Amino acid sequence: MKETKYWTWHMFAGVIILVLLGLHMITMHLNTILGLFNPFGGEAIEWANVAARGKLVIYAVFYIALLGIALYHGLYGFRTILFELGLKRGTQKFINVLFVVVGLGLFVIGTWAAIKFQTVAQVI
Amino acid sequence: MTDSKKYPNRLGLTGWLGGGRWGVERYLYTLHRLSGLGLLAYFLLHILVTSSRAFGMEAWERWMGIVGGPVFRVGEFLVYLAFAYHAINGLRLVLIELGFAVGKAEEPVYPYRSSVNVQRPLMVVAMIVVVVLVVAGGYQFLGLSH
Repeated sequence: MKETKYWTWHMFAGVIILVLLGLHMITMHLNTILGLFNPFGGEAIEWANVAARGKLVIYAVFYIALLGIALYHGLYGFRTILFELGLKRGTQKFINVLFVVVGLGLFVIGTWAAIKFQTVAQVI
Repeated sequence: MTDSKKYPNRLGLTGWLGGGRWGVERYLYTLHRLSGLGLLAYFLLHILVTSSRAFGMEAWERWMGIVGGPVFRVGEFLVYLAFAYHAINGLRLVLIELGFAVGKAEEPVYPYRSSVNVQRPLMVVAMIVVVVLVVAGGYQFLGLSH
C-alpha cells in the first residue's frame, strides 16, 4: 500500500516536472528562439540574465519546488530500478537511507543557494 | 518494503536489451530508464554547479568557463535530448497508467482489437512531438538561431 502511494507520487511528480522543467528548458535552451526571461539578451547563462531572474522571488520558489520534486522523482525512479534486481532486505534498507540522506542533503544545498542568491542578486 | 523473492528478476539488466513479444514499446521502456538515469546523474551535478551562483559573479563565471567547452556543449545537448524523450514518453506512460489510452472493454469477436490499436498511434504521436522538440533544441544548440 505504501509502495502504491510512493509510485502515485512519483507519477504525478513527473507531470509537475514536465511543466516546471519545460519552463526551465524554454528559458535556458530555447532563449534565442523564444527570448523569454532573458532581459539582457545573449546567452541565458550570462550573469546579468541569471541575476535578473534571481531577483524575482517567484523564481526562487520555482527552483526550490523543481529541486524537491525532481529529487524525489529521480531518486525514487533509481530506487525502483535497483529494487527490481532482487536485492536483499538489508541492502534495500541501506539504499532507502542513503537516498533519503543524499536527497535531503542536495535539497538543503540547492535551497540555500536559491535563497542566498536572492540577496546576492539584489545588490547588483 | 518490496519483497522480490516471490518474483525473481531472472534476466536482470539484460532483460532491458531484448524487446521480445512486447515490440517497440519495450525498447521505449529501456530508453526511458536509460534517459532517466542519465538525467539523474546530470541533475545531481547540476545542483552543485549552479549553486555556485550564491558565491557571486566570479564563482559563477569560473564554473561556466569550466562547463562551457565543446565537450560539455555536446553533453548538454544529449541532456536536452534525454529530457525531451523522457518527458514526452513519460506523459504517454501516465496516460496509459491512468487508463486514458487503453481503449474500452469489448467482447472478443474476431478480428480481435487489442489496446495496442489505441496505444500504438499514441506512441507515434509522442515520438513525433519528441522529434519536433529535438529539432527546435538542436536549432539553438548548433548555433543556427544566431
